[in-house]
Amino acid sequence: MSTANLARTPFHHWSAERGARFVDFTGWEMPMSYGSIIDEHHACRSGAAFFDVSHMGRLRITGRHARKFLDRVCTRQIMGMERGTVRYSLVCNERGGVRDDVLVYCYEEDDYMMVVNASNRLKILDWFGSIKARENMTFQMEDVTADTAMAAIQGPKVIDIVGTFSREIPTLKRYRFAEKSLMIAKLTVSRTGYTGEDGVEIVMGSTVAKFVLPMLLREKEGVTAMVRPAGLGARDSLRTEASMPLYGHEITEEIDPLSAGLGFAVKLDKGDVDTREGRFIGQEALLKIKADGVQNSLVGFEVEGRRSARQGMLLYQGGKHVGHVSSGCLSPTLDKVIAMGYVPAAMSAVGTEFELDLGKVKTTAKVVKMPFYNPVRTKTA
Amino acid sequence: MSTPANCRFSETHEWFRQETDGTVTMGITQHAADELTDITFVEMKADGTKITAGGTVGEVESVKTSSEIYIPCAGTVVASNEAAHQDPSLLNSDPYGKGWLVRLSDCDLSKATDLMDAKTYDAKNGH
Repeated sequence: MSTANLARTPFHHWSAERGARFVDFTGWEMPMSYGSIIDEHHACRSGAAFFDVSHMGRLRITGRHARKFLDRVCTRQIMGMERGTVRYSLVCNERGGVRDDVLVYCYEEDDYMMVVNASNRLKILDWFGSIKARENMTFQMEDVTADTAMAAIQGPKVIDIVGTFSREIPTLKRYRFAEKSLMIAKLTVSRTGYTGEDGVEIVMGSTVAKFVLPMLLREKEGVTAMVRPAGLGARDSLRTEASMPLYGHEITEEIDPLSAGLGFAVKLDKGDVDTREGRFIGQEALLKIKADGVQNSLVGFEVEGRRSARQGMLLYQGGKHVGHVSSGCLSPTLDKVIAMGYVPAAMSAVGTEFELDLGKVKTTAKVVKMPFYNPVRTKTA
Repeated sequence: MSTPANCRFSETHEWFRQETDGTVTMGITQHAADELTDITFVEMKADGTKITAGGTVGEVESVKTSSEIYIPCAGTVVASNEAAHQDPSLLNSDPYGKGWLVRLSDCDLSKATDLMDAKTYDAKNGH
């Protein structure tokens, strides 16, 4: 692989020392795996795994119209968010298609962080800049991606491990965060993740990342590492089992969140009750889609056989092409092939069977309930 | 794992070993297994299948991708590795041993002019 001109995260050296195999992920040199992808997947499901997610875009949005702006671009309601809470939201285009899926962190009423997909960072920055100018809003938007690092530590044992240096973090509920100090480093620790497991995501300054990470992972406490490093390969199979969407697969500019089963993150009546909320970009289009009913729906499949279903493979019924696969893998946890994909809404009932063209051979894909893997519910105070 | 000196190697990352009984055993190299990432599926042609030069003896799939397995000279499949079919991870953990793929008869490696020795193969693949 040619690695010229690829951006490196503050954890790159740490990963290289641990034998990471790197890939070019939208311009970042990121670990695909450190050994076996499947072993890393199991480590996250049974214990604890560390993922370098510093490539994700981090934008700090502050000032007078910060909240108003976020309510304008987010499908979720931002007004009324409490300090220390995190919200998952979509950012849509005028047609209701998904521009990105994001996490919004509320530090103060006028101080937010938005975490965006690495692949969409520049597009989003550009677009937000044009909205700010067009709608004449007063706020500051700073891209802090390069100044910060982000670690995801995920797995059923993570809270016990993290709990040894913070009594507060284990008491955090899902989608809440705390600001912690570790030596001179200031950390934002949120109980969030993209694996279906309990765990935390931690944002820290890029200059302190190198010394913070070994402390977080408790590397000095014995020969056996408590937290296993894991790469993008395991991250993908983990999120697929948990039926979490991936931008470019389940959601794109051409796919709306209602079709993608993300209606929970769309406040269709935003601004109806309280005009200060404003209306979000794409709201009219989504209201129409809702009224007309969605054409296609995202469904989960169990696939017969051991060959993996992959993005773009076609689904047929009665010899007619009716849908396609958006993601698929041989699920390490369930030990069977699972997939997500789009089919006509009228054919999306659990139990419906499709013929799936795997290229060389055809097999059967049957609609099942999502998520494929039921995460262990977080136990908090 | 060191690349075995008693094998010859193709551009497409297969290894071939001449056995004393006249058959040829083949599999994929450690380099190929590493690049493919975890192998999840192995399907080889049935015993008795005649393969022409440049033809495929089967297919392996990994977490990342699927890949055809080629032979550079004609041969007939006389055995395939049932253990690898049952546990494809053998191709990652022991590609030159327990992770072999097929055994071929009527396979004259001397007709395949492009095969490399271990040293050349390693040098070419940056090891």
